[in-house]
Amino acid sequence: MTQVNRLPHGGRVDSSKPLRFVFDGRPYEGYQGDTLASALLANGVVLVGRSFKYHRPRGILSAGAEEPNALIQLGQGNRSEPNLRATQIELYEGLVAESQNRWPSLTTDVGAVNSLFHRIFPSGFYYKTFMWPKTFWMKYEHFIRRMAGLGKCPTEPDPDRYDKLHAHADALIVGAGPAGLAAALAAGRAGARVILVDEQQEMGGSLLSDRQAVIDGVSAAQWVANALAELRAMPEVTLLPRTVAFGYYDHNLVSLMERVTDHLPPTSPEALNQPRQRLWRVRAKDVILATGAIERPMVYIDNDRPGCMLASAAQTYVNRYGAAPGKRAVIMTNNDTAYQVALDLVDAGVSVAAIVDARENAEGELVATARARGIEVLGNHAITRVGGKLAVREVEVRRLTGDGKSVSSDGRTITCDMVLSSGGWQPTVHLFSQARGKLKWNQDILAFVPDKLLPGQNNHSVGAARGAFALTDCLVDGFAAGTAAAHAAGHTEPAGSTPVAGAEPAHSPMREMWVMPSGKPLGHDGKHFVDYQNDVTAADVALAHREGYRSVEHLKRYTTMGMATDQGKTSNINALALMADLRGVAIPEVGTTTFRPPYTPVTIGAFAGIDKGDFLDPIRKTPLHSWHEQHGAPFETVGQWHRAWYYPKPGETMHDAVNREVKAVRTSVGIVDASTLGKIDIQGPDAAWFLNMVYTNAWSKLEPGRCRYGLMLGEDGMVMDDGVTSRIAENHFHMTTTTGGAARVMAWLEDWLQCEWTDKKVYLTSVTEQWAVIGISGPMSRKLLSEVAPDLPLDDQSFPHLSFRDGVVAGVKCRIFRITFTGEATYELNMAPSYAMHVWRALMQAGEKYGITPYGTEAMHVLRAEKGFIIVGQETDGTTTPQDLGMDWIVSKQKPDFLGKRSLQRSDTKRPDRKHLIGLLTEDPNEVLPEGAQIVAELKDKPPMEMIGHVTSSYYSPNCGRSIAMALVKNGRNRMGETLYMPYDGKVVKAKVTEPKFYDPEGARING
Amino acid sequence: MLLIPCPYCGKRDEHEFTYAREGHIARPTNGEQLTDAEWAQYLFMRKNPKGVHYERWMHAKGCRRYFNVARDTVTHEIYAVYEMGQPAPVIERENGR
Ligand SMILES: [Zn+2]
Repeated sequence: MTQVNRLPHGGRVDSSKPLRFVFDGRPYEGYQGDTLASALLANGVVLVGRSFKYHRPRGILSAGAEEPNALIQLGQGNRSEPNLRATQIELYEGLVAESQNRWPSLTTDVGAVNSLFHRIFPSGFYYKTFMWPKTFWMKYEHFIRRMAGLGKCPTEPDPDRYDKLHAHADALIVGAGPAGLAAALAAGRAGARVILVDEQQEMGGSLLSDRQAVIDGVSAAQWVANALAELRAMPEVTLLPRTVAFGYYDHNLVSLMERVTDHLPPTSPEALNQPRQRLWRVRAKDVILATGAIERPMVYIDNDRPGCMLASAAQTYVNRYGAAPGKRAVIMTNNDTAYQVALDLVDAGVSVAAIVDARENAEGELVATARARGIEVLGNHAITRVGGKLAVREVEVRRLTGDGKSVSSDGRTITCDMVLSSGGWQPTVHLFSQARGKLKWNQDILAFVPDKLLPGQNNHSVGAARGAFALTDCLVDGFAAGTAAAHAAGHTEPAGSTPVAGAEPAHSPMREMWVMPSGKPLGHDGKHFVDYQNDVTAADVALAHREGYRSVEHLKRYTTMGMATDQGKTSNINALALMADLRGVAIPEVGTTTFRPPYTPVTIGAFAGIDKGDFLDPIRKTPLHSWHEQHGAPFETVGQWHRAWYYPKPGETMHDAVNREVKAVRTSVGIVDASTLGKIDIQGPDAAWFLNMVYTNAWSKLEPGRCRYGLMLGEDGMVMDDGVTSRIAENHFHMTTTTGGAARVMAWLEDWLQCEWTDKKVYLTSVTEQWAVIGISGPMSRKLLSEVAPDLPLDDQSFPHLSFRDGVVAGVKCRIFRITFTGEATYELNMAPSYAMHVWRALMQAGEKYGITPYGTEAMHVLRAEKGFIIVGQETDGTTTPQDLGMDWIVSKQKPDFLGKRSLQRSDTKRPDRKHLIGLLTEDPNEVLPEGAQIVAELKDKPPMEMIGHVTSSYYSPNCGRSIAMALVKNGRNRMGETLYMPYDGKVVKAKVTEPKFYDPEGARING
Repeated sequence: MLLIPCPYCGKRDEHEFTYAREGHIARPTNGEQLTDAEWAQYLFMRKNPKGVHYERWMHAKGCRRYFNVARDTVTHEIYAVYEMGQPAPVIERENGR
């Protein structure tokens, strides 16, 4: 049995191209041009899902992006994707789809008992659960998560590629229906750069479902074909079908998501050779919103039974896809548009049992035509019962009484297998609203329409998107907006005349009718669904009202109305109107919801694009990186840099390797790659003045050839960075910064020069990557250097500590700084990066006889900690002053001003009992404290205890033969000798407070 | 995502820029003479206007120059950009904005 509901004639599907697909394990066949929804309907499948909360059987409601029910798990394995709308999935050969939220099967679903237990899941359940004590949520979480799941997330990484593109346009036109196409023709002909996007596979919008319309003397379908052919030939026009404009941001930036290969079998060569999806960011001078309108379902009892559908959706399935959603329809409406649906259905051979019209006097051209075609029209009637559970079998209708709030006692039953409803049309104002445009209520069409634009945004809503539904209005609007956009951008070539629509039937007024009475109180013997996807009913809105949640934002949060993946595209207005009715106020007084991006869900992959894995963040490597790799070093990430961490020998643990490296530096010589240090070249007659301002110590008297350690403070007096700066010449300095702080320091210095001290002549250049740096450190470093730099005098008089010399090392011109971060005699060799490997190898070769030992960042940290040297960002955290660190010696008392100076005099910063940097020696010398461990002075049996600080650095020191740690502790300098406690991991570690200097406190080793 | 007209490079996307705090706050040259409260005024207190805000931006991924921007914090309209050192322009806004 194949395609039982496929119509013999009509539709835009290609019956010469059958496609096989599988739904819930059963094979079916559809045609090229089908969506999954149209193919399922053609096969007579009306039950496609279970609802979120009550597990109610659900069918297809719509034919587009607004679909709340037909959510599908598409694809298999690592390409499986949940919550896709069947109405927007293009059929391809071999497609595999599954329904969601049911177990074990759609027809027999255990979770449907929720329907019986709905009293424990009333509206407001989530709200109250979240608001009440946490234990309440924890109690229910397991149950809720199991019952309330929708689709399943794949567990394997996404194998597909995604792309990103930036574009500019004179006019970005969203929607390729009559208004959008007319706009594109006008703007394109005038010579403007146009991007026309449409979320569907085929452009044409409503015209693709329209069998009546005539434009410029030809059928709508022919006019669309002509227009697209003309647009395709224009070099400045880009047509993007299968592309949703999902976000509208400041200054006319619109994000698009193009589904490049989603319509192809995912493993076909054509799909694999292209990115799956492409994220566009379009900055447009003008955005023309031709986004059409979304039909509202009517709120009648049990309006969610499979077979209940939007009237226009049925029209689309019949006219565009040649698929009948059923055999016999009852149509429920409060307006004229559903009449054309009825006529089209009858034309296609689908029977229409009756049109149930809520209007008291349903008259007019279309009503008359329907009657003339023999369709029964029941004016002033409502549907009061829908029979059938897994599919509609019949409806009961009764006459409306009492101003439409009640119904007559006697009813009539009509056999049918679908109920098509139309409650009117809401313009698709999502993008306009995202652009922060204000909406206003239009009582004639009972809908919100665009009103005021936010200044700074430039867009124009045209046609149905502004509530002008007639075809002629769409064409006139669109053409005018396209022309205006082109003119504003300076393109004025002749664009011909506005397309002309054929005669259209006049429409009679609507009836305002937000809920259909069933003869029983709301919630009795059935449910009036408002939000299908989140299972919110008219009774829930009434409950929210009774409990005092009456504004739109409260209503949303209380009932979860509009908060599902469809964001209430079919439900928001109905819910607002119900609340307005309950409150006895006009609809705009309840408010409108704020529309937020995305219009429809966007894959995370599209946002990530190629910026994942190795492309997530740039990796900076030193010129010696390959040597470290070859010698087995794992790398530590510091900012974007990858630094060699340690160099394990065969069989060594990290601990073994670090101990060996640390010992080698103290006993012989170590070699380290310090190329990542930030370096800034500072020149200009005011350079020394500038350094006096940005460092705490004095720089004027530093002689050329000498180096000095400096501490940089924020204007709040807190330590921000440190490093050694050297005077190259009178007006020329070489500054070094921490590896991680380089960019921040550069911006900080530039900020002061450009914004505050604009009259000073100081020029900064980042030279971090222009100098490679190799440090050799240890008692044998001087001897080693003398062998590879024989012409360089190295005695303490010629080349003292804290000075630099230019010289030739292993044949390479180097600038050698005698500065130390280990406390040992150290030479930091700076050279052009391309020579770094040569110099490194020469040093390794010459140093072999001394047991030269490459050491990584871990050993470097242990060595500096043994000496009590701080690392900014480890011993400091943005609330640490130089005094807190015990570094008053570096803060000038003489200088009249420097950044941070005044703040050091604030009452809080000069408080004597702030957190001070101290050393900690654990009672057990082998206990290495975890960094970050909290410290208490008064130990109690259990928390809370007063925490007086934390461990900032902690290592095992092979040179001290025990663990060492530094910590920031309240009033720490006045606690020398005290015992403090660190409770963690179910134990308590005791440690004694000491000076934060553990090795060679006199600094005797600096000269080797 | 703003479109910011850098005075040196032209209109560029916001992601090329970094925000660099409120503008037109001169650093006191007599800090030593100021009370803690006066110093705190300079150091911590910032305007948070609804409407025109005068602020600094830096074209970090471009020319790396700092400049001033007069921006509406409600609508994100940028009324003016001007170089450092220039006085803040008076922004006349239409009624109803
Ligand atoms: Zn710039």
